[in-house]
Amino acid sequence: MLKIKNKFNTERDISGCGLCGIINAKKVKTNGSDIKKAISVEHDRGNGLGGGFAVYGNYPDYADLYAFHIMYDNLSAKSDVEEYLRNNFIIEKEEPIPTFKTAKIYDHPYLHRYFIKPKSDRQDKLFHDLEDDDFVVNSVMLINQNYDGAYVFSSGKNMGAFKGVGYPEDVADFYRLEEIEGYMWTAHNRFPTNTPGWWGGAHPFTLLDWSIVHNGEISSYGINKRYLEMYKYNLALRTDTEVITYILDLLIRKHKIPVRLALSVLAFPFYNKIDKMENDKKMLFTALRQVYGSALLNGPFAIVFGYSGGMVAMNDRIKLRPLVAASNGDFTYVASEEAAIRAVCQSPDMVWSPKAGEPVAVEFDDIKEKTSLKGGLLSL
Amino acid sequence: MMTIDAAGMHYKELNGIIREGILNGVKKFFIENVNGQYYIGDGIKGDDVVIEINGTPGNDLGAFMDGPTLIVNNNAQDNVGNTMNAGKIIINGDAGDVIGYGMRGGRIYIRGNAGYRVGIHMKGYNEQLPVIIIGGKVGSFFAEYMAGGVIVLLGLEDDDSDELDIDYFASGMHGGTIFIRKKIDFSKFSNEAEVYEIDDKDAKFLKEYLTDFSNSFNISLEEIYKKPFYKIVPSSARPYAHLYTSA
Repeated sequence: MLKIKNKFNTERDISGCGLCGIINAKKVKTNGSDIKKAISVEHDRGNGLGGGFAVYGNYPDYADLYAFHIMYDNLSAKSDVEEYLRNNFIIEKEEPIPTFKTAKIYDHPYLHRYFIKPKSDRQDKLFHDLEDDDFVVNSVMLINQNYDGAYVFSSGKNMGAFKGVGYPEDVADFYRLEEIEGYMWTAHNRFPTNTPGWWGGAHPFTLLDWSIVHNGEISSYGINKRYLEMYKYNLALRTDTEVITYILDLLIRKHKIPVRLALSVLAFPFYNKIDKMENDKKMLFTALRQVYGSALLNGPFAIVFGYSGGMVAMNDRIKLRPLVAASNGDFTYVASEEAAIRAVCQSPDMVWSPKAGEPVAVEFDDIKEKTSLKGGLLSL
Repeated sequence: MMTIDAAGMHYKELNGIIREGILNGVKKFFIENVNGQYYIGDGIKGDDVVIEINGTPGNDLGAFMDGPTLIVNNNAQDNVGNTMNAGKIIINGDAGDVIGYGMRGGRIYIRGNAGYRVGIHMKGYNEQLPVIIIGGKVGSFFAEYMAGGVIVLLGLEDDDSDELDIDYFASGMHGGTIFIRKKIDFSKFSNEAEVYEIDDKDAKFLKEYLTDFSNSFNISLEEIYKKPFYKIVPSSARPYAHLYTSA
């Protein structure tokens, strides 16, 4: 993977990433033109070295299958990876990802998608008895680490990441997002800081159904990385967005921590705040703080996290990156700048700036009904 | 008067039109359909120039501005009045983070709430006196490292408690004055600044600016004066002189 070519200018330009998210709680679908319009208002926050989108609900016909989006440098990488896929997965359908040639996106890799499910008689199952999700995670890590010139950039069900090098509005045209429909969209305009701009490095960063778009700089990267490596995560990309995605995968999928609480782990309240909490909550947060100290993100960030149950947007604990939210009926919008929201929803019911470290969490209505039955401490 | 339809216009073009207009003697501008254009009114001069904005102006509104008046009829984003030198910015809605950063003169009036880090590193010099008045509430790091000027936090919609639900209030403050309508226990925030009752000089100063503020937004002075004002000033000219060394 790391040998995927980088022919793009790495010169820096003073700027900051931009992000947007749109979710409809009733799962009413919209096409990609609104999210494109919103993120294009934040054009000047990026420098053309990365733009991308995640959409949920876009593959209803293959909703039970893992949708792999893979970029290839060359066709031999493609045939190698496809051999691996054939040996371990049932491939229901595979095709090139539809694109539209535009002068503003040049030198793109081969882009292919596969709708697949792990074979029941796959080799690994005999040894490890892994769940499908775990097997898919292992496969993604394996391909990204061991297959030169190949990179899996999306692996969830009924969702997909569409990203590349370019400004987001051009990337949207390239992937023909106006023909794609989904009930949740996130978008990112990249200004790379610590890693070069390349196709795989654009946001969103995804694993299974998790997708992250991120503006900021995680100074705790080293601690977080070592912590994740204990759980066999392979951090091939060396970007802080990858770290956030894997931490959430660990907390939510593996350790079964509720989404909102898992997000609080990323931006723990300071101890003096925990001290002022009521008893049960204080105990919970003290315990989490002690167990997951190494998962805390330090440094400035604003993130939008998408998953099959909804969307969460959040800042670091002292609000060093911008984040604005708005709601209008069943729609909730989040963005780096209010203007991005106003571009697609001129007069929202409510516009607000989330407080530092306090997640704006929206769950789909059908999910909410299920989770509200659970109750108890962990539903905080 | 010059009317500009800014729909879909890039900030470079918009600011070019404004600057050219000012050079050609235009005194009043009305800009419609603004949405996210950065740097509006940056560095422009002219005490008699007035720019009215419909829509949501982008970041760094009025940065380095030196004289004109900007009136925003909606919300504003981040970094309003960054290092502003003179003039006035009136915001009828809310404002984002880092308002009046390093501001060294002029006035910023916000009718609604403002975000984090309002007035950070604000400074005054000789007769230069920057003033920020916020009608609503603010976020944490309010007046951080404040070195001069005046910030008035009205909290008009706020409750009657003597608590401020923010952190790092005026941390590192070593100059200037903050006026608030609550008698807070400042020792919770730092020992380097103190709360006092206002004196006659303060009252006179406030009256002048608050009258201007109330006229800008049609908020009655009675409403503003419903609660008494207190002032916060640093306890000495150099409260941090011995932060890292012994006296």
